[in-house]
Amino acid sequence: MPAQLQSEGPEHHPTRRAFTLAAVATAGLATLSACAESQRDEGGGSGESSGSGRDTFVFGGSADPDSLDPVFASDGETFRVTRQIFEGLVSTKPGTTDLAPSLATEWTTSEDGLSYTFTLQEGVKFSNGKPFDAAAVVANFERWYNLRGIAQGEDLAYYYRSVFRGFKTNDDPALGTSLYAGSTANPDGTVTVNLTSPFAGFLASLTLPAFAMQETGAVEAAGGNGLDGADPRQSEYATSGPIGTGPFVFAGWERGQQVTLKRNDDYWGEKAKVASAVIRVIGDGTARKQALQNGDIDGYDLVAPADVATLESAGFQIQNRPAFNILYLGINQALAPLGDLKVRQAIAHAIDKDAVIKNALPEGTKAATQFMPENVIGWNESVTTYEYDVDRAKQLLAEAGQTNINIPFNYPTGVSRPYMPNPETIYNAINQQLSAAGITTTPVAEQWTPNYLGTVQGGSNHGLHLLGWTGDYNDPDNFIGVFFGAATNEWGFNDPGLFEALAAARTVTSEDEQESAYQDINEQIMTLLPGIPIASPVPSLAFAEGVEGYTASPVQDEVWNTVTVADS
Amino acid sequence: MLTLVVRRLGLLVVVLFGLSVLLFAWVRALPGDPARALLGEKATPAGIAEVTRRYGFDQPVWQQYLTYLGRILHGDFGASINTGEPVVRTFTERFPATIELAVAALLLAVVVGIPLGYLAARRRGGWLDNAVVGGSLLGVVVPVFFLAVLLKYVLAIQLHWFPTSGRQNARIDATHVTNFYVLDGLLTREWDASWDALVHLVLPALALGSIPLAIIVRITRASVLDVLGDDHVRTAQAKGLPRSVISRRHVLRNALLPVSTTLGLQAGALLSGAVLTETVFSINGIGSYLFDAVTQLDYPVLQGFILFIAVVYALVNLVVDVSYGFIDPRVRVS
Repeated sequence: MPAQLQSEGPEHHPTRRAFTLAAVATAGLATLSACAESQRDEGGGSGESSGSGRDTFVFGGSADPDSLDPVFASDGETFRVTRQIFEGLVSTKPGTTDLAPSLATEWTTSEDGLSYTFTLQEGVKFSNGKPFDAAAVVANFERWYNLRGIAQGEDLAYYYRSVFRGFKTNDDPALGTSLYAGSTANPDGTVTVNLTSPFAGFLASLTLPAFAMQETGAVEAAGGNGLDGADPRQSEYATSGPIGTGPFVFAGWERGQQVTLKRNDDYWGEKAKVASAVIRVIGDGTARKQALQNGDIDGYDLVAPADVATLESAGFQIQNRPAFNILYLGINQALAPLGDLKVRQAIAHAIDKDAVIKNALPEGTKAATQFMPENVIGWNESVTTYEYDVDRAKQLLAEAGQTNINIPFNYPTGVSRPYMPNPETIYNAINQQLSAAGITTTPVAEQWTPNYLGTVQGGSNHGLHLLGWTGDYNDPDNFIGVFFGAATNEWGFNDPGLFEALAAARTVTSEDEQESAYQDINEQIMTLLPGIPIASPVPSLAFAEGVEGYTASPVQDEVWNTVTVADS
Repeated sequence: MLTLVVRRLGLLVVVLFGLSVLLFAWVRALPGDPARALLGEKATPAGIAEVTRRYGFDQPVWQQYLTYLGRILHGDFGASINTGEPVVRTFTERFPATIELAVAALLLAVVVGIPLGYLAARRRGGWLDNAVVGGSLLGVVVPVFFLAVLLKYVLAIQLHWFPTSGRQNARIDATHVTNFYVLDGLLTREWDASWDALVHLVLPALALGSIPLAIIVRITRASVLDVLGDDHVRTAQAKGLPRSVISRRHVLRNALLPVSTTLGLQAGALLSGAVLTETVFSINGIGSYLFDAVTQLDYPVLQGFILFIAVVYALVNLVVDVSYGFIDPRVRVS
């Protein structure tokens, strides 16, 4: 018997079994990968149809939407989705900030600027079959005006609050009289919206996706107004049943994973060319790039400037959005000696914007002369500028008696914004230039969330800082009104003259008057020099070779009915 | 056995209470203002005041805690500050993704680890043993996220063998019943959906499973070596039992006890490793969500999720302890 124990046979049994196991596991992996590959070669999976192009357009977004009810949203990822489902009365001409008809074919403004009459597109139906008409428009305005409780919050009705300034009944004492006075459905099918005071940016603000037309009956039926005290962003309507008139209809939302849209076959305009569109959520920028390279997605947004050249040389398409943002160096006048105009002028002369752009911003970016991009009404061609001149900077500092100054310089880390793709690099570039002019700074780096904004906006304990803004619609108030409309901790100055000028310009109705009023204000701002506008960087989108028909918009008004995806 | 379970559950309640106090204090000690994190560049002082008031952040911390505790007792864990989504719903929606990943990683570790460890022990000192010991050392020291990035770069981006991210191909129109995607495909007979979900799991599971795999290999090896020298094995050999029977009944069964203990402990490691793996592979599990919650200062999500994870971890270990009794009757007696 001992002979048997020593014999080869039985001893190797378990060994062999284990090896078989390992072999099976390896073979399994190999098969898996082979299949993954072949699946991609076929172009996807069950959602595909045979034929010349792909039936699904897959886009990589950076975050989940907050809600599918655009009234309660203010972020780009939400609007990316709702823009496909809903339409507003007014939209923008593709690729520009100019107004264009949408659900309203034309409009007239009363002379006093207090009432707007819209002629509506005929034969339009919501995706649940209900007609879109003057009554539906009135119902939408009334819905916004009548929001109550939590729904009035700044994190929910952000755009309604910033444009209309108040509700029928204000729950928050900080709110004022509503700009909205009422609306009527006229017998001829047009609709008239009345305002309590003139507002120059009214039509442009209606291009905001937040003011898109919804089927208010469906909203109400699914508890979408938050009247029961629940968060209306999470109502059944806002999570699984949005009803609009757009080229796509909602098909499904797997939280954190993707939103699926299907073509609206009854769409009144140019019907979508793809049968469905999917917005995949990929938070990390590198992961988005890799997903595109691997063919998992057809396109993505917020391409890092450093990736543009790599992608382009690998055959991917890059589209630059016309810049509609501004990056600036903020100055806190509450901190000595920054309250001294000569010191601020010295800082302005010490900065070589072109060098900053060359070092840290995407190709195609232009230097900024004022706190708004060129395509906004009121941009002033002949505004006071401060050319790069180190000697002049030193001289101004000497005149101010500040030859040896040291100021804190705040900049954020761990963030990439369209106007500020890489804050650390921008900081380095500016800081070197300042020190060349004899201005020493103490760097204060902070995480974007949670600390940075709190430091530069919430307190007065900061000196220079990097920040910026992306415009929402073509209205100067949306840029300089936001920055300089009132005294804030960010800038640390109080100039009632400027605040009043901005408040008055807001109510000017004619575009010509508006233009000259804002040109004056821009000059006033650049003389006062509360900060240094640096540049308006161009944000980039990337697409696979086969994607066509996508028009990048400065205000991200990008609707996908014209998009086609060819097999590449 | 029942007493053990009841006693352990009672202890769990006490532990959770203590944890909730610590968590509450810790989360509020994080620097930054959640209202500002929520409102971003567009924040106005009035808006910040309003959000602060709405979420009760202007109240004394102890009062906030009592309110929170009162709500928890009614099963209400609050809603995310960022999205308004109820914490419980988000958890139940996202937990399947993490469980699916953790189970895949653990399965990989067990299916590959136990045979490898056993083989290494039987061939002690041979090339296989050396390779296993060296490899497992590497497996333990290489950080999960590094391995994840490496696997993704080589197998997905360079070789195109696997998808780079996500749980399923966006072009597949899959029905979801349980949110366990592989299972869903089987339930709805959408085989390609199930297969696709499985393919998406491979790289993350390899990355996440690397540490448990390395540990299981080492423990199995050590444990088998230990048992091989035991008297009862020698007796069995003397009785002339076939080697396969000895291996199965006498060696493996006894050697598996420490391995199962390790599995329980690894459950916690898997959950924390999942944070990195999910982020690298854009998987919408609780790991990546927790990561976002920390950067966004989403207090309710942080508190709720960590409490849930603690419960899951405690339950897993309870199950492991109970399972000892089945593997080794001696444990039951004591």
